Amino acid sequence: MTPNSNSRREFLRLSSLSGLGLMLGVSSFAKNASLVKLSAEAIQLEINPFIIIDNLGNITLVNPRPDMGQGSTQAVPSLLAEELEVSLEKVKLIQSDGKSKYGSQLSGGSSSVRELWEPLRKAGAAAREMLTETAAKRWGVPVSNCYAQDGRILQRNSDKSFSYGELADEAAKLPVPTNPMLKDPKDFKIIGKNKPRLDVPSRVTGKAVFGLDVELPGMVYAAMFHAPAIHSKVISIDDSAALKVPGVIKVMKAERAMPHRTSEAVAVIATNWWAALKGKKALNVTWDSAGLEKMTTADYYARSYEAAKAEGINFEEKGDIDQALAHSGKTIEAIYETPFLAHAPLEPENALVHVKDNGEVDVWAPVQGPDQALGSVADYLKVKPEKVKINVTLLGGAFGRKAYLDFVLEACFLSKELKKPVKLIWTREDDITQGPYRPGMLSAMKGAVNGKKIAAFHHHAIGESIKGQVFKFLQDHEVDDWVTGELSAENHKYDIPTWKLSWTNVKTDIPIVWWRSVYASNFAFGQECFMDELANAAGVDPIAARMDILKDDRFKKVLEVLSEKANWKEKLPAGQGKGVAIFKSFDSISACCVTVSKQASGGVKIEKVVSVIDCGWYVNPDNVKAQTEGNIVMGITAAVKPGITFANGMAEQSNYHNYPIMRINEAPKMEIHIVDSGEKPGGVGEPGLPPVAPALANAIFAATGKRLRKLPIDLNEA
Amino acid sequence: MAVFNLNVNGKKVTVDVEPDMPLLWVIRDFAGLKGTKFGCGMALCGACTVHLNGQPIRSCQTPVSSVAKSAKITTIEGISDGNQLHAVQQAWVEEQVPQCGYCQSGQIMSAVALLKTTPNPTDQDIDTAMSGNLCRCGTYDRIRKAIHRAADLSKTSSNTLPKAGKVGGN
Repeated sequence: MTPNSNSRREFLRLSSLSGLGLMLGVSSFAKNASLVKLSAEAIQLEINPFIIIDNLGNITLVNPRPDMGQGSTQAVPSLLAEELEVSLEKVKLIQSDGKSKYGSQLSGGSSSVRELWEPLRKAGAAAREMLTETAAKRWGVPVSNCYAQDGRILQRNSDKSFSYGELADEAAKLPVPTNPMLKDPKDFKIIGKNKPRLDVPSRVTGKAVFGLDVELPGMVYAAMFHAPAIHSKVISIDDSAALKVPGVIKVMKAERAMPHRTSEAVAVIATNWWAALKGKKALNVTWDSAGLEKMTTADYYARSYEAAKAEGINFEEKGDIDQALAHSGKTIEAIYETPFLAHAPLEPENALVHVKDNGEVDVWAPVQGPDQALGSVADYLKVKPEKVKINVTLLGGAFGRKAYLDFVLEACFLSKELKKPVKLIWTREDDITQGPYRPGMLSAMKGAVNGKKIAAFHHHAIGESIKGQVFKFLQDHEVDDWVTGELSAENHKYDIPTWKLSWTNVKTDIPIVWWRSVYASNFAFGQECFMDELANAAGVDPIAARMDILKDDRFKKVLEVLSEKANWKEKLPAGQGKGVAIFKSFDSISACCVTVSKQASGGVKIEKVVSVIDCGWYVNPDNVKAQTEGNIVMGITAAVKPGITFANGMAEQSNYHNYPIMRINEAPKMEIHIVDSGEKPGGVGEPGLPPVAPALANAIFAATGKRLRKLPIDLNEA
Repeated sequence: MAVFNLNVNGKKVTVDVEPDMPLLWVIRDFAGLKGTKFGCGMALCGACTVHLNGQPIRSCQTPVSSVAKSAKITTIEGISDGNQLHAVQQAWVEEQVPQCGYCQSGQIMSAVALLKTTPNPTDQDIDTAMSGNLCRCGTYDRIRKAIHRAADLSKTSSNTLPKAGKVGGN
């Protein structure tokens, strides 16, 4: 991302905001989301792509990261506002529209703050310096006599000041400083402070606009009949009953374009959503599913367990693992299994697309990356990117699902055929039965202890690859470094005398994609449960065993804080147990302690969860807490609720009754603690999740003596 | 198709729709009120919760033909008084409950109904009343806190709720 890193720049005048997408009405006054029409007199000046100041003094900030609940509406503009010396209460906020001048705009990988920390702060600081220089020139005083505060440049020891609006015209003509001075963190007014999110009021009044809510005049609705066995082909369509449903206009063959392959589907087009849905229910389609009966999770796991018998492709190795295992005191072998999971965000997939007669394409959709959407739509429709306009709405949850754009391209296909705006909505059944899913994975472990020391550990990671399936970028016999990068010694920081990490790709046609915390969500379970098994074999306390071999101060600090806050050393009543896990992902370190208690009626209950996170610098500590709370809920759900299973090429789950997620009455007490390391920002949206499942399984072992290596764990049977 | 006269948030709304159309889609697509959300279509998630004569119902499973002519329908858009947020909404803001916010209209409607019948709910009361409302972002802990806070706010004074826009918190 290069926000005007060249000193020669064009001076841009914009007469309206039409080039910049829908304004989402994110203001402190909980107004309706609305298109902002500017008066003809207001001249917009783009200081840089993210900061627009008009001659009437209005400041608009462009947020290049969609908000899916992770708080980017506050966190990302805060980086600009802090350095620009304006408060978020006083600026207008709009979302970027995917154009390349905004750089990377994909909300994902817990990357928004940590990737934009420097570039956006620099953009804000550069604008501040340009405005300061302009004021100084006008007053004929040195720049050092001037300073910025609250949207104005003031002259020291005088009552002279200019608003940014009064300076913007001239400031925009100046060369952009390439290395502006960033504020000293001790002077931060916004970053690191517990400021209420200004976008919250609209989310409690029903005024916030999600993808599902957008309408266009003249639009039609589409319900998609997807292949029950994914990838089936359409043999015949009997639309006689569907066409009789009042409101149904048409039934047509359609397609679902996934990144790696396109599958067939049938669309019902209607004047309103209910009619489209009824039409779909009345539709009879026969499918050719030949061969797909083999697409089952049972088959996938059978092949994965077979792969566990071999060594896998070596990624990294320290010492001779076979020697170490042959000559150590006690050796353990264990295989850990995690299931396929659906994202199941409360807002199902949906898109409103208008492929216009003049060749332009307007898209209104809850997507994680307008740039990703712009490129995908332009490619798919074979139009020039300049013709595509992406209007990003708020997302009713995503967790990775809305960065996989099949649902947008489905709407593109239909709108192009129908020459009308098409609003496509996926039902919950579509969402659960069609995927893509988090893949299930195995961790095949071998390890050894010598006396009280952990001596050897081999982690063999097994399963399907996103790089391989989705991007077709993994060669046979090639290690998937998107997986192994997270599991390497450099990531876990355990200094074990003999260590090996290997990988085997087991393929499946079940569509997969990243889910919250991606591979960390699968493999932290294996890693941290096996560490617990090794500690137990060595007769050493699980935290002490880790502290003994962790050579990283940040990791140790997180464990120390956890030990203290979770009261690790307390004597527990009979039948209770605590378990711990620590994992680094997306540049942040998180540790979790779960306390469980045996129930008289059988099974265990989760009494409490304590999580600690070191994410370096952060914008809003309360939001770090909120994200970690959410990660605990999602992490426990992933550990104890049924996963996705495929039989005969079809998902066996379809809605929240057979794919349940945690409800409020199941939510345990939780406590979050942030370690203020002052290091550069790490991720916040995902790192709290990976240690949850292993901490739970380890707690169950402590309480019951039962070692559970397969998720989901039925708490009633544990 | 049939004509239905409904009372939505105190206003008369007339729609000409299929009798089996769920109230959810009447509200969203014909009354133009988008605050009530679709999440599952099977009354499993609670995102569609509205009030029928003050009682919480799942509008995705309520055919418009089953709604009595005299029934008062209240949606999320109807619980604040002009610019004055309902105590529950105010508490939701103070506790910074929403993450993505998509489920929160339903959560709030369920919470408002709970507090009407149980002004001082225990955690157990809350769990029971709110267990039909799913939140994938996992805001449950804050929902509990906010319901307790709303109960307090309602106690101190029923007539002097803070105005919209005042976000409180630290």
